[in-house]
Amino acid sequence: MMSVFSEMLQYDFLRRALLVGFLVSLCAALLGVSLVLKRYSMIGDGLSHVGFGTLAVATALGVAPLKLTIPVVVAAAFLLLQLSENAKIKGDSAIALISSGALAIGVMAISITTGMNMEVYNYMFGSILSVSKEDARLSIVLCIAVLVLFIIFYNRIFAITFDETFAKATGTKVQSYNMIIAFLTAITIVLGMRMMGAMLISSLIIFPALTSMQIFKKFKSVVISSAVLSVGCFFTGMIFSYVYGTPSGASVVCANLIVFLVFTLIGKIRQ
Amino acid sequence: MAFIECRDAAFGYEGKAAVEQLNFKVEEGNYLCVVGENGSGKSTLMKGILGLISPMKGELILADGLKKNEIGYLPQQTDIQKNFPASVYEVVISGRLNRLGRRIFFRKNDRQEAYEKMKIMGIYELRNKSYQELSGGQRQRVLLARALCATQKVLLLDEPVTGLDPATTKDMYQCIRELNRKHGIGVIMISHDIDMAVREATHILQLAEKQVFFGTVQEYKQSNVGRVWIGERNDDECI
Repeated sequence: MMSVFSEMLQYDFLRRALLVGFLVSLCAALLGVSLVLKRYSMIGDGLSHVGFGTLAVATALGVAPLKLTIPVVVAAAFLLLQLSENAKIKGDSAIALISSGALAIGVMAISITTGMNMEVYNYMFGSILSVSKEDARLSIVLCIAVLVLFIIFYNRIFAITFDETFAKATGTKVQSYNMIIAFLTAITIVLGMRMMGAMLISSLIIFPALTSMQIFKKFKSVVISSAVLSVGCFFTGMIFSYVYGTPSGASVVCANLIVFLVFTLIGKIRQ
Repeated sequence: MAFIECRDAAFGYEGKAAVEQLNFKVEEGNYLCVVGENGSGKSTLMKGILGLISPMKGELILADGLKKNEIGYLPQQTDIQKNFPASVYEVVISGRLNRLGRRIFFRKNDRQEAYEKMKIMGIYELRNKSYQELSGGQRQRVLLARALCATQKVLLLDEPVTGLDPATTKDMYQCIRELNRKHGIGVIMISHDIDMAVREATHILQLAEKQVFFGTVQEYKQSNVGRVWIGERNDDECI
């Protein structure tokens, strides 16, 4: 397995993809713990669809994809957060509305310009070839920023995830921290989307946290386990994809799925 | 000097007062029970005291040295918390967040404070247990320890015995009484249980979309409102 891995590292584009993927998996797993516990998993899904739509429009307009996608998805994240906070029941349908709307706009943009072809397939299910040198540089900087911010706000993120009312009552600016979480999530999704695919990126956020919660019962253990699992599943999936020629995004998600099932089983047996 | 004082205050949402004509004081070491039926404005008043909403009219005065973020709050438990992966220690120390200021991590004195509060609440041995695995009464103790981490002076309790069995309820009331009498912590408690309020508290504030009564328990027992309310409840129990 190690020899396959070192063989993979000889390719420039693979090295880039592995580095970006590693960082994105880490960020997604950390943020995922908070999002899953706050019952905001759907926001991740909604954002990836918005990302798909924007990416398609950016390509149609000939604009650099990340430069347009990041601000639009960040704006969508704030909007979704607002919606799900204001009216709890309406939030669900609002997310579905925004997701499918963005998807439709994206498909229209593609069909008008290039026609439905490989491009759509790549956006939907990801391609490791899509990580250009410039993308990689930007991704690394942003991922490190996400990680640093997560560590700085770790205690506050715990407090607002566990009990928003108490945090608010003791003077924590809950609204701003929710915004920060939404902002970081939006960035992570955009960065990971091209490689993992718009349809699959949200699993990177949801799976590791959910898997870890089957076994671990402390916040810190769940956070650490999520990070380790996410990175482990990413590399396993990538190696499998390289050896057997399967799509990279789907392979990573399948690795996550298998670990989830194993952890669930162990959790059930322990009970 | 009063810790908390309301002067002709009104609280509400979207320009509509949910509770008004509030004139009361909470002084050091007081144990105030806020009673009233559902929709009488108890929770709205609580949000006002916590500074989550501002008075629409009148004033809410917090004494010097009692900053807004120094009120220890025990909210009602949410559904999310029941399956939340967190250790008792993690929950308790999160009460120290208001002392964190610009720092990133908790310091040694934060940790010691958390240990001390856990000892007061008798949950020190549970510190590495998961919050999920605790009984209802133990969870309330954990949340009380967290509230104590946030305050030295006054606790605000929102229906603290909801969902607890009779034995645990009694236990909880005793625990709150001790915090009040032994540790001199002021208590403001929202409750449905008028008999308990008369038994445990020093002061009663009764609401029915406005202030109906405020005074000591003795005064309450002699007042018309008090007699009717205590009487009514007893009649109910007879049926």
